[in-house]
Amino acid sequence: MAIDASGIKKVAHLARLSIDDNAVEATTATIGSILELVDRMQAVDTQGVEPLAHPLDAIQRLRPDIVTEENQREQLQSCAPAVEEGLFLVPRVIE
Amino acid sequence: MYDKTIAEQSRALASGEISSVELTQSYLDRIKQYDGDINSFITVTEELALKQAKAADALRTAGNANAMTGIPVAHKDLFCTEGVKTSCGSKMLDNFIAPYESTVTGKFKDAGAVMLGKTNMDEFAMGSSNENSHYGPVKNPWDKSAIPGGSSGGSAAAVSALLAAGATGTDTGGSIRQPASHCGITGLKPTYGRVSRYGMVAYASSLDQAGPMTRSAEDAAIMLNTMAGFDTRDSTCLNHEVPDYTASLNDSLEGLTIGLPKEYFTAGLDSEVEQQIRNAIAEYEKLGAKVKEVSLPNAELCIPAYYVIAPAEASSNLSRFDGVRFGYRCEDPKDLMDLYIRSRSEGFGEEVKRRIIVGTYALSAGYYDAYYRKAQQIRRLIRDDFLNAFKECDVIMGPNAPTSAFDLGSMSNDPVAMYLSDIYTLSVNLAGLPGLSVPAGMANNRPVGLQIIGQHFDEARLLNIGHCFQQATDWHQKSPALV
Repeated sequence: MAIDASGIKKVAHLARLSIDDNAVEATTATIGSILELVDRMQAVDTQGVEPLAHPLDAIQRLRPDIVTEENQREQLQSCAPAVEEGLFLVPRVIE
Repeated sequence: MYDKTIAEQSRALASGEISSVELTQSYLDRIKQYDGDINSFITVTEELALKQAKAADALRTAGNANAMTGIPVAHKDLFCTEGVKTSCGSKMLDNFIAPYESTVTGKFKDAGAVMLGKTNMDEFAMGSSNENSHYGPVKNPWDKSAIPGGSSGGSAAAVSALLAAGATGTDTGGSIRQPASHCGITGLKPTYGRVSRYGMVAYASSLDQAGPMTRSAEDAAIMLNTMAGFDTRDSTCLNHEVPDYTASLNDSLEGLTIGLPKEYFTAGLDSEVEQQIRNAIAEYEKLGAKVKEVSLPNAELCIPAYYVIAPAEASSNLSRFDGVRFGYRCEDPKDLMDLYIRSRSEGFGEEVKRRIIVGTYALSAGYYDAYYRKAQQIRRLIRDDFLNAFKECDVIMGPNAPTSAFDLGSMSNDPVAMYLSDIYTLSVNLAGLPGLSVPAGMANNRPVGLQIIGQHFDEARLLNIGHCFQQATDWHQKSPALV
């Protein structure tokens, strides 16, 4: 499945990435060649094959619904770019 | 003493022949002398290492030592280490001082091992050459014009150059085995779920697995004894008994059946590499093993399946880097969207952005079935191929990579060519199997490793098979001449 420059820009935006205008062409070509590589899968008949999510077919473990985490807010926020009174600061969202 | 194995150093520490402080200092001196050029460390924790060495010596005096107590090791810079920078090879985490400890590094700490520092790597573990690091490429100690392999290239180079007694690595698509092979050391990727992923910066969660990188299979067994085990903090860690991996190292190989996949010995394999692999297998026949051809019919499909599954999981995992909670934030964002987009675009390197875009595409509405679901179906075919092959053999052997280490810069502008070089390692991760690389000779004057693939939870058998080879050969004892 081929992808064009506008498609690449759209997908990049979904991933919250920007591509410089002068790099769009090269990026489109590289991503296109990767998609061409992975498209080799399409030739394989996988009718009726169950998708494999875990190589040992393990399922998600459950635990009792009790609080196990301690409050470590200050420690965990110590590496945040901007905090105030325990809150993460971002540019104003609502005018 | 820095040129001895962990097993030998451990005995010397126990007999009082050397102290951990002396041993640690000898490695710190070598790092200062040689690593400026090799670039295997991102952070050297000299002060902390000497403090830990002193504590290890005290622990030993008090009679509380184990095989890892006082042994100087290095950790790949994607294990969170409390109070120490954990960059994952990325500008995104250049300012990240981990506020907590990963299970793996915590276990080494508890065992009294010494941390020399954090090793260089491909950014977010994405790469096969260690050229995708924000901190510059690592050079192969055997030939500084060659790549060390990736993504655990710093760990492999450090152990190979005798800048650490052993190191941790992680392997999502070959990132322990391939650099171990290229740097002439021993590297083990355990069964998926054998070692806790807690506190490892996630790349592709259904494939990532941590393991030891050492100078012998015996050392890998010693390190795995410390690393392996169930952990409630990793939801995919498996609750499976942990044997003493050193106990069976000397078991006889009489009657072992080695499977050689016919799909691994084809035109794509460099003839000098093939010769070394064939020589190693002949050595095993001398040790009493039988050799049998097996087939992994879907072997080639591991490349497309992996390069959908890994980027898809990466695109999801790496969405946490938003410039808000931790990591890099752009200057003067004009609004929230600008903050997200510029923080991510400026913080991530090219290969990481490429994989995020591919993964986002593969997961986007209308494409999920054609890509992610299809890749997971192929993943089952690949795993079942292995399960079928193991009905006819005990282990599978082959190369780790089609060539020995390639030249720095020779593939860095061609991601697809680099992806294709992962052909022999990816399927092991997709199938969740353990894989070991042991030094098996030289091709084009650069090291070659033999890959030994085992059944789920067969790490002890793999280490036994690797150890017996190392009792009969001396490839693992060779070290590069450093200048």
